[in-house]
Amino acid sequence: MASFLIIAPLLGVLALNVGFKSLMKRCAFWVAAAFALLQLAMVFLPITHLFGVKVGQFGTFLVLPLAIDGLSLTLFFCIGIILLVTLMIVKSSKSDPDAHFTIFNLLLIILSGLNGIVAVTDIFSLYVFLEIVAVASFILIASGQDQDAFEGAFKYIILSAVASALILSAIALLVLITGSTSFAVIHAALAGGAHGRIVIAAVVLLIAGFCIKGGLVPFHGWLPDAYMSAPAGISVLLAGIVTKTAGIYPLVRLLASVIGISRPVGSILLIVGTVSIVIGALAAMGQRDMKRMLAYSSISQMGYILLGLGCGSWFGFVGAVFHLFNHAIFKSLLFVNSASVESQTGTRDMASMGGLAARMPISGATSIIAALSAAGVPPLAGFWSKLIIIIALWLGGYHLYAVIAVLASVLTLAYLLSMQRMVFFGKINETYAAIEEARGGLVISALVLAAITVGVGVLFPFVMKYFMMPGLYIR
Amino acid sequence: MMIHLIILTTIVIAALWTIMTRSLLRAAIGLAAVSAALSVMMFRLSAPLAAVFELSVCTGLISVLFVSAISLTRSMTMDEVLQHAKERMRRFWFLPVLAVLVGIGVSFIHSTAAVRLPAPETVHDVRIVLWHLRRLDIIGQVIILLAGAFGVMILFKETK
Amino acid sequence: MTAAAGSLDLLWFFGPFIAMLFIIGFYCIFATYNLIRALIGVELLIKAVTLLSVVVGYISGYTALTQALIITMIVIEVVVMVVAIGIILGVRRFNATLDVRNLRNLKG
Repeated sequence: MASFLIIAPLLGVLALNVGFKSLMKRCAFWVAAAFALLQLAMVFLPITHLFGVKVGQFGTFLVLPLAIDGLSLTLFFCIGIILLVTLMIVKSSKSDPDAHFTIFNLLLIILSGLNGIVAVTDIFSLYVFLEIVAVASFILIASGQDQDAFEGAFKYIILSAVASALILSAIALLVLITGSTSFAVIHAALAGGAHGRIVIAAVVLLIAGFCIKGGLVPFHGWLPDAYMSAPAGISVLLAGIVTKTAGIYPLVRLLASVIGISRPVGSILLIVGTVSIVIGALAAMGQRDMKRMLAYSSISQMGYILLGLGCGSWFGFVGAVFHLFNHAIFKSLLFVNSASVESQTGTRDMASMGGLAARMPISGATSIIAALSAAGVPPLAGFWSKLIIIIALWLGGYHLYAVIAVLASVLTLAYLLSMQRMVFFGKINETYAAIEEARGGLVISALVLAAITVGVGVLFPFVMKYFMMPGLYIR
Repeated sequence: MMIHLIILTTIVIAALWTIMTRSLLRAAIGLAAVSAALSVMMFRLSAPLAAVFELSVCTGLISVLFVSAISLTRSMTMDEVLQHAKERMRRFWFLPVLAVLVGIGVSFIHSTAAVRLPAPETVHDVRIVLWHLRRLDIIGQVIILLAGAFGVMILFKETK
Repeated sequence: MTAAAGSLDLLWFFGPFIAMLFIIGFYCIFATYNLIRALIGVELLIKAVTLLSVVVGYISGYTALTQALIITMIVIEVVVMVVAIGIILGVRRFNATLDVRNLRNLKG
């Protein structure tokens, strides 16, 4: 199934480009959406045999070293949903169809790359797919074709290249010690534990590289600019899934399954996580631009995931993965709302807005749901994941970190509610008195994402029992 | 050993020249020189196929790319260039010196820990390794080239 | 393709030069006013990593594996450079001298 998820979008790109140009230009959206929906379906009903032939094994050429487990399935689901949302937003934005055609092709390529990152069992292949996603992101950010877009894309390129250099150095050092780049061999070789200094150097380089990719403090310099200057749908893609899959997921996979979280490594993760939470929250409080505030808020939430991981316990791991899933959903929802507001009012400056909820009821309601989930208010999904992380911290003896996490939650509530007040409630600004609710794609995406947040939160015991417990493992 | 030392010093000196020179064009040529010297180093360290790739692609293709990009942008006037160079030297004079010192310092740190090297390699032919063992990477290369093609389509389009 | 040349002391022989290349690359990226020079710094960083990989291959004897990795790295590097130059051409439409200090809004 994994090789299908990687190769199939490529076949889609091929099919879109060898044919009848005008027909293909109109079909591009539907083809891409079909692949995203197919991916969602395959998460729940893993199709291994189709018409008696093993899916994904097109002859012996494509026997690839890939593996899937519960963590991968969770991420496949997130990737599918957010790609669908992005497709709908891009489709409903006003732009010429030629550019749209290329963007849909690039979105299919990013789908292939993201699936690749999640499914590989080899650290160098992880790097290759990481670069695929990075290159496609640069181009997608720059597709906005205005000055901000190009500058944001360039800043992202520089920092992403620095991160890649660090990650590659770590891979080289691991090859020196273990002679191979596959997860299984590295895990076996490091289990002996007799390699000391070079392993520590490799781990530090890996953490630094992936923290840059994931936008964690102190390497977050590129993130607000890149998120802000990307076109609307692409911001949702970046915030919702790309930063997570390219930055946090490899850390989770490598540290939890391959290298193992020892006390020093765990402490580094805890410190980076706490600093990210605090600085992200403080920086978000003073922002006037809606997207910028959401960007800093993303940095803050990533810190929570690292906190969960740094505990080193199974419970913390579950909390971290669950929070990753929740963040994908509620942060994308917030960005969708910001895109709706921007498309209708033409601005992102929150101070000049006000009282929009009366004119844009769906955006207002879904925005409140997302904000409450982000701040960890029961019974929405965010509350459960934060609770698990805080309990894991407390049980692990990290009382101080648990307290900081709770306080930062209050800060999160504060700035998100202030955003709500500034944008959706209060007195309506005269210039915007005549606007209407956003158009089709934006509204549908908002409703779907809000439904998932509420559903997962309310049905939490059910989700916990059937999806999280059997699905996750930590070696 | 002597040959290695000479080639390595060439690489570092070319790199230093690349960053300190004033004109962008010379910096691009310096980059090509670094690539060429690195390629020679790779030949000496029994990596011939990679050396050929490095020589043809990095010294050739990428330098051509840089030179064409530099020629497409308006260069600053000579006073501006000198001004910038002086400012840069004044603010960051210590960094090249730091680089050399760190290099010398690292050479004095010897690890006494017993690091076991892995078992010897089983497959010695690069072509077999690349085609059979690293097939996923080849697929990845194809995908990234596709992405690059779309990027060129979007970014290099003529605007009115 | 010869067998391992063995000892880890070679790493401490090559190490200083690799470290120097890294620092020169970082310096070039962060201490420049011109966007193209920043890209040249990125290239220098990649050269440093390539040299590290070659040395690792030589020491451990895994020449075939590291050559395969380096070839893939070079392909990726070319694509990233092409896209980066494309974006620089886009920046040039708005900011003719590619001076970093003219980059507009990206602060804070």
